[in-house]
Amino acid sequence: MLVETDSCNSPFVLDANGLGRLIASLHASGHRVLGPTRRDNAVVYDEVRSTSDLPRGWVDEQAGGHYRLKREGEAYFGYTIGPTAWKSFLHPPKQSLWSTKTGNGQTEIRPASISDEKLAFLGVRACELAAIAVQDKVFLDGAYRDPHYAARRANLFIIAVNCGRAASTCFCSSMGTGPKAREGYDLALTEFITSEDVAFLAVAGSKEGAEMLSTLPTRPATQADIDASTEATAQAESQINRRIDTSGLSPLLKENPDHPRWNDVASRCLNCANCTMVCPTCFCTKVEEVSDLDGVETSRVQSWASCFTSDFSYIHGGAVRTTPKARYRQWMTHKLATWVDQFGTSGCVGCGRCITWCPVGIDITEEAAAIRSGNKGG
Amino acid sequence: MAHIPDPHLSDPMVPVLARVTNRVEEIPGVVTFEINAPQWQGFAPGQFNMLSLFGVGEIPISISGPSFDSTTIIHTIRDVGAVSGAMATLEPGAMLGMRGPYGTAWPVEQARGRDVVVVAGGLGLAPVRPILYHLITNRANFGRVTLLYGARSPDEILFRNELSKWRAQLDMSVEVTVDHADATWRGHVGVVTTLFKGADFDPAKTTAFVCGPEIMMRFGANALTDAGVAPEDIHLSMERNMQCAIGLCGHCQIGPFFVCKDGPVFNWAQMKPLMAIKEL
Repeated sequence: MLVETDSCNSPFVLDANGLGRLIASLHASGHRVLGPTRRDNAVVYDEVRSTSDLPRGWVDEQAGGHYRLKREGEAYFGYTIGPTAWKSFLHPPKQSLWSTKTGNGQTEIRPASISDEKLAFLGVRACELAAIAVQDKVFLDGAYRDPHYAARRANLFIIAVNCGRAASTCFCSSMGTGPKAREGYDLALTEFITSEDVAFLAVAGSKEGAEMLSTLPTRPATQADIDASTEATAQAESQINRRIDTSGLSPLLKENPDHPRWNDVASRCLNCANCTMVCPTCFCTKVEEVSDLDGVETSRVQSWASCFTSDFSYIHGGAVRTTPKARYRQWMTHKLATWVDQFGTSGCVGCGRCITWCPVGIDITEEAAAIRSGNKGG
Repeated sequence: MAHIPDPHLSDPMVPVLARVTNRVEEIPGVVTFEINAPQWQGFAPGQFNMLSLFGVGEIPISISGPSFDSTTIIHTIRDVGAVSGAMATLEPGAMLGMRGPYGTAWPVEQARGRDVVVVAGGLGLAPVRPILYHLITNRANFGRVTLLYGARSPDEILFRNELSKWRAQLDMSVEVTVDHADATWRGHVGVVTTLFKGADFDPAKTTAFVCGPEIMMRFGANALTDAGVAPEDIHLSMERNMQCAIGLCGHCQIGPFFVCKDGPVFNWAQMKPLMAIKEL
């Protein structure tokens, strides 16, 4: 029995050597391969030249305001997720939009060139595929498109890797995004342990993925391989113990702007903006003007912005949201409620990064539950 | 490989070069500019442009000229910050960046056959001026037309000559009030809502356009609903931080709306519940 695959997407098995060949093939076809690497005692997405760059044998331990790597097992993808979101590459933290040059009384506007770089993401988790789909809606499906995002997205090859573990901060299953990748990838891998080594059950999700798979050293999957990979995903799912109850959540939050819990969370929130930086769907940006001293050359530079800063809502006369309460409420209500009005989907994919990287461990699942339960800030 | 289109044609964040062709100082710190920009195809009353000064920054400014003139772009700018302050000093011939027009329009044609009440406060007269031009040019299409305008003091009354001209027209009613009178002032004193009692309109058949500081719009819209005008027939123009004007930067959100693309013009049925929430 093949589980959740159809005949043209039959699973194959790739060994560690095959994974190395996959990385090499992507390089050979002109891709810049980005994937998990270990840096500063965290798993961060960066250049991957070979399998030796992968954080093999490292797993993460996460909780509110807590992240540690430790040695455990031999898996290449034994960690869950680190602080980097793939938006760092598709929607970079800083980019120039255009520049001007003035000379002889003439000013010329020069649009920033649109990158034709081919990116390959290795190790995209199910929640992260969902996050990319959310940002696709933001940047590509509206009346105006971001041409820089569109170009990077059009040239992207995605290799999903299903989770075999869950962190204590994960809640993808309640958001309907994971832990198993269902769509939006070129290839999906599930890592499992065999008697000799690790192996990957590989499924193609696109024509490009199938073509790539056909060039790699694989063997057809046996029932035992399929069972082993199903078990790995089931293990991750069984480890998920956080959840958000999404039923009626959007109207609930919009109808409770004066709930005392907002004051309670505001008393703990440092307004540091970490949650918005690590969130894989937060898309807000600001623009800044950069000029040389004589004003001959100027440029308009876009960078990530956070609704936790007071200048985010500044209009002449002062900020609209002056209080931490209003800023936290804006972030969470946007993420879980008004996002649905705007883009037809929740802005939260359940990755749990905002919980882990919050210095005081504020937990969006707890805050949402508190608003629902009528907890009066206790 | 994906087809990469010409960013000049496809990148909505890149402005075109525009030239200031005329400058009029309306009152101290408020300047009206005529601007000429390539490929301009006109606008609808209520829309705005993003104007850039290179090396200084970019700001949203509503268009204050007549919408039937599809060649000249008119903006009235008050010096309230670094960019608007620098812009206010521009002289004819100066170059600036421009992109637009953006945003929703005042639904002026929905008011056809109905009474129209325009309520403006302070510089809020600029974004509603295209409505007045439209009403005056197409006067026969509308019922009674009333402009209620409030300024802080007599020397802050904007478009004073035009107000006198409009007041002299027998087919529209123009009332002006100031918060703080001086020795020369013989008109109304008080906030703009005090003008409602003398205004002549049939609330069941009235479309209202309200623009000014948020608190003034809230009181104005409430006065109109108290008089019997339906919330769906009251339109207002919201202001929020806007850095992209195309719904991508996130700054201008108010509840589920992006003011830049879902607004700036909203009706009172949409805005009343949101404006009731502090610091939304």
